[in-house]
Amino acid sequence: MDIKVHVRESDDDAYVVELGGEIDVYTSPKVKDAITELIDQGHYNLVINLEKVRYIDSTGLGVLIGGLKRVREHGGTVNLVCTNPQIKKIFDITGLVKIFGIFDDEAGAKKALA
Amino acid sequence: MNLPEPASEHLGTVELRIPSKPEWVAVARLAVAAIANRLPFSVEEIEDLKLAIAEACTICIQQGGGGRSIDITCDAAISQLRVEVRDHRYRERDDASATKRPAVMAVEGEGLGIFLIQALMDNLEYNVDPQLGTELIMTKRVGA
Repeated sequence: MDIKVHVRESDDDAYVVELGGEIDVYTSPKVKDAITELIDQGHYNLVINLEKVRYIDSTGLGVLIGGLKRVREHGGTVNLVCTNPQIKKIFDITGLVKIFGIFDDEAGAKKALA
Repeated sequence: MNLPEPASEHLGTVELRIPSKPEWVAVARLAVAAIANRLPFSVEEIEDLKLAIAEACTICIQQGGGGRSIDITCDAAISQLRVEVRDHRYRERDDASATKRPAVMAVEGEGLGIFLIQALMDNLEYNVDPQLGTELIMTKRVGA
């Protein structure tokens, strides 16, 4: 069981949180910490890249929803990059496709922030 | 409500007990996936099962208030997998036979975890009681 979290600044003033591995009740606090730290630093336009995520559960979804709520309070947004059909299905089932911008690649997700 | 009997084409029962801690949920998830792999489930159906069992374990941990363990019982049949997930308080109550086990209530829908299990499985019954413990019983049919 593993989770990899890599945060980098994009050249267009957005921040990208690149995640890899499995996001579940054990690993989601690490993801939450990374997102919370960015928001606390005043970064409200985020791209969360889930391309390398193999698995996500409700606690992982909760972390993403929590992050979106916080950035929206400051006029920001969170766009997701997701290509895994199983994970897309989870967003579809839960109706989160209507709340998050979900893109097939990072360029599209960053462009939509502007 | 009486619980449904295991299907007649019963192949076997596998029991697993994990500590009621987040770091052990992945073990339950992978074990159930291995069991499901013995049945003619599709890859997508096995992924559904993995998520549903993990959600059930997570609910037990979140509701457990420091619970010690979670029991997972898988009844495999040719056409379905039935999984029971219970925290230790259910087991201890059954062992003591001090109180009658209440009927498992039909879901009314609360929480993202329960919602996901309902969506991914063909049947779900659960009882979440802060004092008496947590029990979820779910079934997934092959090709449903």
